[in-house]
Amino acid sequence: MAKKRFFSMRPPLEGLRAAPGWKRALRQPRTRLGAAILLVLVLTIFLSPLLVPYGYSQIITVDGQRDRGAKNLAPFEYSQMEREAIARGETIFPHIFGTDELCRDYFVRVMYGARVSLLTGVLATLVVLVIGTAYGAVAGYAGGKADLWMMRLVDLIYALPDTLMVILFSVVLDQTLMEHIAGTALAKLGSNLLSLFIVFGALYWVGMARLVRARVLSLKTDAYVLAARGLGAGPWRILRKHILPGCAPVMLAAAAMQVPSAIFTESFLSFIGLGVQAPMPSLGALANAARGALGSYPHKLIFPAAALFLIVLAFNLLSDGLHSALDPRAGR
Amino acid sequence: MSAPLLRVRGLRASFPAAGGAVRALDGVSFDLARARVLGVVGESGCGKTTLACAVAGLPQPGERVEGDVLLDGEDVLRASPAALRRLRGRVGMVFQEPAAHLDPVFTVGSQLCETLRLRARLSHTEVRARAVELLALAGVDAPERRLKQYPHELSGGLCQRVMIALALCGEPALLVADEPTSALDVTVQAQILRLLSGLRARLGMAILLVTHDLGVAAELCDELLVLYAGRVCERGSVEDIFYAPRHGYTRALLACAPSLEGEASRARPIPGGPPDLSLPLPGCPFAPRCPRAAAVCRERAPEEVWVGPGHAAACHFAKGGEEA
Amino acid sequence: MVWYAIKRVLLAAVTVFLVAAITFFAMHFIPGGPFDTEKAIDPAAKAALITRFHLDRSVPEQFLLYLGNALRGDFGISLKTGRDVSEMVFGAFGVSARLGGLSLLVSLPLGAALGCLAAARRGRAADRAVLLFATLLAATPGFVVATLLLLVFCLKLGWFGVWSAQGGGMFLPVVSLALYPAAYVARLTRASMLQALSAPPVRALRARGVREGAVLFRHALKNAAPPVVACVGPMAAYALTGSMVVETVFTIGGLGSRFVESIGNRDYPVIMAATIVMAALIALFSLLSDLLCRALDPRVEFS
Repeated sequence: MAKKRFFSMRPPLEGLRAAPGWKRALRQPRTRLGAAILLVLVLTIFLSPLLVPYGYSQIITVDGQRDRGAKNLAPFEYSQMEREAIARGETIFPHIFGTDELCRDYFVRVMYGARVSLLTGVLATLVVLVIGTAYGAVAGYAGGKADLWMMRLVDLIYALPDTLMVILFSVVLDQTLMEHIAGTALAKLGSNLLSLFIVFGALYWVGMARLVRARVLSLKTDAYVLAARGLGAGPWRILRKHILPGCAPVMLAAAAMQVPSAIFTESFLSFIGLGVQAPMPSLGALANAARGALGSYPHKLIFPAAALFLIVLAFNLLSDGLHSALDPRAGR
Repeated sequence: MSAPLLRVRGLRASFPAAGGAVRALDGVSFDLARARVLGVVGESGCGKTTLACAVAGLPQPGERVEGDVLLDGEDVLRASPAALRRLRGRVGMVFQEPAAHLDPVFTVGSQLCETLRLRARLSHTEVRARAVELLALAGVDAPERRLKQYPHELSGGLCQRVMIALALCGEPALLVADEPTSALDVTVQAQILRLLSGLRARLGMAILLVTHDLGVAAELCDELLVLYAGRVCERGSVEDIFYAPRHGYTRALLACAPSLEGEASRARPIPGGPPDLSLPLPGCPFAPRCPRAAAVCRERAPEEVWVGPGHAAACHFAKGGEEA
Repeated sequence: MVWYAIKRVLLAAVTVFLVAAITFFAMHFIPGGPFDTEKAIDPAAKAALITRFHLDRSVPEQFLLYLGNALRGDFGISLKTGRDVSEMVFGAFGVSARLGGLSLLVSLPLGAALGCLAAARRGRAADRAVLLFATLLAATPGFVVATLLLLVFCLKLGWFGVWSAQGGGMFLPVVSLALYPAAYVARLTRASMLQALSAPPVRALRARGVREGAVLFRHALKNAAPPVVACVGPMAAYALTGSMVVETVFTIGGLGSRFVESIGNRDYPVIMAATIVMAALIALFSLLSDLLCRALDPRVEFS
């Protein structure tokens, strides 16, 4: 009697490995919560500046006149001039989060800051994803000597202290890039932000490369890939049809984890003065600026900090849910 | 006749699953006398391992177990945690994959000594001497040296011997062996089987042997229990089961075991697959695959019918061609 | 084991060398040269710099000379203050190490205990509480925690002074340094313990009647330890070399805040020395945690 696979009572591990298990991931309450928070955040961040009639670097004016009293207003507070204008029957849009020390609407600044932080996180992750996947897939699929040497490089970069390297690169690139990008579209992005992407592209891809390589290595010897090869499928077809789909969930879960890490790094750099350049706001820069008058205006710290917290929480929940859906033995 | 060592009555076990529960065991009853070897045979998924674990008081997470398992009159399923720990000393358990069931980060010696200390207050040298003795009893060569080794440094056969030595620590009256030889290669299989039958003879220990391999069962067992879809379909002595099977499933199982006797013998696979255990089964679970199945088989579950001393089959046609 | 240790020490040495080289050449890559900023430099310092760093030599030569001096503990003098860099850096390191050491004494046992508790009580209230604590803290950047603690306990409640090197003044910085690592360790320990607890050996131990306490704290914990130890090593190094954020928020004169300060001032000799010292510590700790992992898990091959 042949020993058959035992499918009926245990969770079908083999089957799960072959199929990405998206449904499992989406059934996780954590994934749903994360996705819901993220959706609400993204809608708020990208739609609300359309509704609020202030710009992120626009100084509040009333009837075309600069309102010097609209400084450091509390949430929903109106300045003297604004109150007079309201008394005259004009409608003034409320300052939902108050205003900052330069009389700019703080809500819009936080929304733009969140936009910058979110985009930074997503773009940096894309850079990591592309480089890491390409490198890892090639190393894993090639195997042998090529794999060995490619992974040596990864080990070396992995051993470098990341925070220090990020800071160092930021300092150096900040000084060197400035003149090269002056006048181009990139200048608007700022050399700090650009150097952040470069640093991510140069350093953080190694984690992704390791993951993808390990996955490719294990998929390469999986029964269904061997079967496909036995049936005469070419390497390109196997890579495209079997190996990359098998890698996708791992990549996605890792990417979902990379986004908050990139956002943390950006906010950390902004905090120590190496982040995005004024007047463009980012959540880290806003929180850092709020430290000056912390005792008097704590809300200026609370709002960007809360936005940062929610974004990172949403991504953490998403990646958590994905991880435990992928690995049924992992903690729920 | 004295009371049996192990008495199992109406044992049911189910696992929660999407859309209802999977009934892994559906009313299994049997007795096992001292120093006897009972084999539980059947296909994968018929509930053999669930049975072994329930008897050893080791339900899987989420499993629901009902019925009675009495070891020397003591209730295993409803024992308090402390009583269960004591009972587990009297039931040795040997698992299918020995290498995976030994703690990889402790030496063989430290695992043996830890288990020995659970049963008796012993000095360091006594524990060590006893550990060496047990390893030797389990047929481990150079036992002194093995004490210092880690499980990954041992071969599969040696791991299983260590596992058996660990199971012997509490001087068990019953050894539950769940597919003890399936993960080993054939020559090692034979050695382990010889070891188990020798231990039975020397220590007067009863063995509950779970296996899918009829050859293994024939070699070691006195009696057999044929399990299908969580139910007992036939029980009897090894001779009864092998030479006078009365249940369609037993016959089919024997037919698909390769044999060297007879001319042009060819394994005949059983058509179809085992039933879905999460759906209700009104009739005989084997009916859809049975060549003799009649209308009654699909409507009414068969009772066990005694066809000889100690030989029973749960089949409407157990007594020959006529419906029982 | 010995061979592995030697290999690992070599890797650590190469890493530190690499960091030093990258830092040195990167600093030279900045337009205008590292010691030629627009900022006014004390002429005496400038003369000292030129002799000390052999600015007339080629860059690789300068690097080797710098490295030789650094190995003897001479990192040059600060561009900003003219003080001896190694004195500045090691003095600051002492402050940071004390703070970081205290925070590790809190965070590691706390995190490990919470993780074990959560794993042992899986799915129950204690587990949920630990998970919630870990999830919330994992989403809060360090500077937010530090600043909020400062805001609430110093500015609003006035329970603590902003910072003093001993006694109650260390409380808030230690707490803000310890919170995130504690949450991280708790989460990691929980996941690793759960995996160990669901593995076959634990089932076999229970089948033999081993006490639940021994199953948890002897067997599962030792099986679960390596991944936690692997992460704790570098984390400990970061804690000891000083959190840039916490030291900046609480205005503590440790290595972290010195580093941030020197970045603001573009004080290259200080940046370099701080980077090398931190990199050396990080390499040392990841080396130690790697060796500890190997010692805990006999299965890994020592090739």
